[in-house]
Amino acid sequence: MKMVNITIDGINMQVPEGTTILEAARQANIRIPTLCFLKDINEIGACRMCVVEVKGARALQAACVYPVAEGLEIKTNSDKVRRARKVTLELILSNHDRECLTCVRSNNCELQKLSKELNIRDIRYKGEQTEHDIDDLSLSIVRNNNKCILCRRCVSVCQNVQTVSVLETVNRGFNTKIGTAFDIPLANTPCVNCGQCIAVCPVGAIYEKSDIEKVWDAINDPDKYVVVQTAPAVRVSIGEAFGMPLGSRPTGKMVTALKMLGFDKVFDTDTAADLTIMEEGTELMHRIQNGGKLPLITSCCPGWIKFCEHNYPDFLDNLSTCKSPHEMFGAVLKTYYAKKMNIDPAKMVVVSIMPCTAKKFEAGRPELSAAGYPDVEYVLTTRELAQMIDEAGIDFVNLEDSTFDDPIGEASGAGVIFGATGGVMEAALRTVADILSGESLPVEKIEYTEVRGVEGIKEAQIEVGGKVIRACVAHGLGNAREVLDRIRAGEAEYDFIEIMACPGGCVNGGGQIIQPSEVRSWIDLIVERTKAIYAEDRSMPIRKSHENPYIKKLYDEYYGEPGSEKAHHDLHTTYQQRANYPLDN
Amino acid sequence: MGSSSCSCSVADEKLLKLQKIIEENRNKKGALIHVLHEAQTIYGYLPIEVQKVVAEGMGVPLAEVYGVVTFYAQFSLKPKGQYKISVCLGTACYVKGANLVLQKLDEELGISVGDCTNELRFSPESCRCIVACGLAPVITINEDVYGRLSPNDVPNILAKYKE
Ligand code: SF4
Ligand code: SF4
Ligand code: SF4
Ligand code: FES
Ligand code: FES
Repeated sequence: MKMVNITIDGINMQVPEGTTILEAARQANIRIPTLCFLKDINEIGACRMCVVEVKGARALQAACVYPVAEGLEIKTNSDKVRRARKVTLELILSNHDRECLTCVRSNNCELQKLSKELNIRDIRYKGEQTEHDIDDLSLSIVRNNNKCILCRRCVSVCQNVQTVSVLETVNRGFNTKIGTAFDIPLANTPCVNCGQCIAVCPVGAIYEKSDIEKVWDAINDPDKYVVVQTAPAVRVSIGEAFGMPLGSRPTGKMVTALKMLGFDKVFDTDTAADLTIMEEGTELMHRIQNGGKLPLITSCCPGWIKFCEHNYPDFLDNLSTCKSPHEMFGAVLKTYYAKKMNIDPAKMVVVSIMPCTAKKFEAGRPELSAAGYPDVEYVLTTRELAQMIDEAGIDFVNLEDSTFDDPIGEASGAGVIFGATGGVMEAALRTVADILSGESLPVEKIEYTEVRGVEGIKEAQIEVGGKVIRACVAHGLGNAREVLDRIRAGEAEYDFIEIMACPGGCVNGGGQIIQPSEVRSWIDLIVERTKAIYAEDRSMPIRKSHENPYIKKLYDEYYGEPGSEKAHHDLHTTYQQRANYPLDN
Repeated sequence: MGSSSCSCSVADEKLLKLQKIIEENRNKKGALIHVLHEAQTIYGYLPIEVQKVVAEGMGVPLAEVYGVVTFYAQFSLKPKGQYKISVCLGTACYVKGANLVLQKLDEELGISVGDCTNELRFSPESCRCIVACGLAPVITINEDVYGRLSPNDVPNILAKYKE
């Protein structure tokens, strides 16, 4: 790598040629404000918030996209630069709905922060303001273009990372906006509800459809028995909302907070993840042993499921018929548990706290209702939980720990790693290996590190119990598309594939606490949160799903064995091809 | 497929033509705009049905096609009428009450600028100075120019094109 000499604000330094001014400045501990920039996802130099003076250049240059060359002299905080940034920001603000007080992103908004930093006290431009309708017809995603600053991060993530491509910049000039084809509501497009657009939006222009009020109502209804469950990935992000460092896992505090909010029972979705493994592992073994449809593809991610229904209907038979873990849990609660505890399932309300927006849509699928009621009534994101904790005045950081409720309380480490890419695969392998080999493999043999890690597509040939399983793990729908296209073209063959819609899996789900570009661009959220997931796995006394005593009991008392008729009725589901836009039929 | 006034066989013919153009351009880089242009020539405008054929044929997301169509002024999402009415809103015309003429026009046609009447007869549009300022306010209907208008002249002028 060729190094070049540059000067930033009088500091001489050496950096690799081609480094952007923004990155070089960071190395010199100089912060340049940015707005549209999000590393690796949106590097398009659109907003001009990051302008700097480059000696010899006539105009100011956008630091986020300007590559350094030998001898470059840069000024990042001259009067000219400061004024230019202020004008740019005031122009953006002049066409922005500035109701911060009632905005979902207040206090976690990149635009608000910038206005404070750049000392904006008055907006000198009073131009015409565009007015947009709010699109809130989707069960998962709300779009409010009145808050949009046209940074295009959502478009980039939807098109380039997810390859769903329902968001686009439309119209021109003053009428430019982020929209869908023909302004069709997101609910009627092939949007998969992954919420990655929410996670990257710097402002409050995209957010989840909130179910907080409905959950408060249920909690306050004395007739209702309100049960809450939390997904594995929630515990490794929730702390961020309360100023805890990335990678914290305040599981015990989270449970305490949930109890304080007034839920009747607090359960761990991980337990259901163990159940999923029993069912899915059995399905895999059956398909391998009886010449069934392969590859088997995991079904715990509703973002991926909808993507498949829209774009790869020819793979619907490859999908595992297992419901996703939280839906399985809902089904168990309203059947087995209701009976056992003598609770009328009609009075039971199941709330799932998820790192995910796609699960809001999933909960509305009519086919997911084992006991004649929805398996899960409401899905709240990690962010919504943090909001409720705030609303209740709970001092999260200083809470004592408590543990999940029995009898469906304990989970195995296998259930926990569901939250990370490769986790479902690994959990399944732990169980399948034991069953096929007829022995209980020791701890040092159950960490399948080849399926872990942040690489977009991971492949491995794994020997379990004398059989070689050709495995593939893909996360991010662009990667999923690549794998499926290869299979369609006959270029690849697998037995078992794990697909998660969100890059990194659920730890980086669209419902997690939002980290601004300034953090996300330089620290890998996925790595930090994933470390916490595997630490939690290692801290668990039981690390394989089939060794979870509660799961054993559930089969002994109720379902008989994995894949039984009863299990099929309650724990499995069906899929359907979906139209991409209303006119397709 | 296509505009409502078409009979089926004509619609099929148009579709075949469009598909042929897509076929020829499918693997060419940057051909989307060209294909859309041809599609507009065939259909007169680019409704969702046509954009979907282009999107699927070219292997491009519908949202992207729509983004391109709405970016370039040359493309239209709405059908164009047989008679294009341009109302000059240049300074001279404006000062002489062009907006009142426009208002009357909208009233008479029951639609507003950019739309097209149901029977596909009239599409009113506003335009910049057409250098006939001496006649302000001015409208043109296809090639015909009408000047020194008052709003009351509008019904009579339209009547001429309704035969
Ligand atoms: S939720 Fe996912 S698929 Fe839907 S618009 Fe956002 S990024 Fe695209
Ligand atoms: S919706 Fe958000 S992410 Fe998308 S362009 Fe607007 S401000 Fe940027
Ligand atoms: S990867 Fe996880 S968070 Fe993302 S859509 Fe799928 S289930 Fe939801
Ligand atoms: S142009 Fe650099 S941050 Fe937007
Ligand atoms: S202003 Fe209307 S013709 Fe010149």
